[in-house]
Amino acid sequence: MPDSKQTLEEILDLAAAQFKVPREKLTPDDDFFKTLGIDSLQALDLLTRLEHHFNVELPDYELQGVSDFRTLAGRIQARL
Amino acid sequence: MNQFKGQALSWELKNGVVELLLHREPCNEIGLSALAELEKFASALKDLENKAHALILHSTLKSGFCAGADLRELYRGVQGMEKQTAARGVREFLERIHKVMNAIDGSPLTTVAAVNGVTFGGGLELALVCDLIIADKMARFCFPELRLGLIPGFGGIPRLKRDLGNAVVRDLLLTGRSFNATKAQQIGLVSQVVAEGELLRAARGTAAQLAKFDRRTAAAAKQFIKPIPYEELQREIDIFCDLFTQPAVEAGLKKFVESKDAQPYLP
Repeated sequence: MPDSKQTLEEILDLAAAQFKVPREKLTPDDDFFKTLGIDSLQALDLLTRLEHHFNVELPDYELQGVSDFRTLAGRIQARL
Repeated sequence: MNQFKGQALSWELKNGVVELLLHREPCNEIGLSALAELEKFASALKDLENKAHALILHSTLKSGFCAGADLRELYRGVQGMEKQTAARGVREFLERIHKVMNAIDGSPLTTVAAVNGVTFGGGLELALVCDLIIADKMARFCFPELRLGLIPGFGGIPRLKRDLGNAVVRDLLLTGRSFNATKAQQIGLVSQVVAEGELLRAARGTAAQLAKFDRRTAAAAKQFIKPIPYEELQREIDIFCDLFTQPAVEAGLKKFVESKDAQPYLP
């Protein structure tokens, strides 16, 4: 099982690759809507990719109000 | 009519397979114009049934299969309208869409919904009328209606109940959470999950397999195993229309339509 730091790094890697943003431009406390320039449909796409990547099920109501990578990583870590 | 090209959808009969394509931006929302074209398809279906063995429904849009009812059109349409008058209009819409859904549900063709991306609300209900659902790995499903103060209105609950266990139905309906294709396959909603870009190939491959079977036998098997829950469908319309007059609906629609929230699709 990855530790929380590793989970966070994998999320940042995946987000950078998927939305074609240089990895070095992403930091844990970034608002991913703003940094990635994504809308709600793309956020669902990201959620689905993260679920597949970590093999977890993440109810989307747990993400209500979550907009930074660090908190997102915490939610995922809690399901690993 | 073997082929048709409309604003919201198109269809074509080819090699015994009818392909119904949804292509209304942004995500195949079903409003009055899409409904009219769906009705056109339902009318053409009887004739197509004599020439085909399978029907594939799919979207040409990357955003998804269908995001459900056109809530913005609904919200604008009922603005300033007396509640009972609005509810009558909604009932008429629902009666019409149910006729379309029932026509596809009860068609002797073997029907395949090939779904990608957002498959929410009425979009999920459209998929549920099909005999098989094949999902792109990135498909996402949801019944978000409760946050609008409503229940699904295009036949979703009776059909979900027909296909799945009641506990699963309660989870999906009462939490309004979205779930991915893997989960959908685990609960028995989806028959195949395929990699991104492989959806149509898989659906067409399945349709080709279906062509090997005697049509009369396939239709008899379908009729035996897939009864249409007419009584519950009618009750669903009644409950929906009752709820539609409640203040929570106007508030829910207003919140969705006017939301600046970055996550309006997240229940």
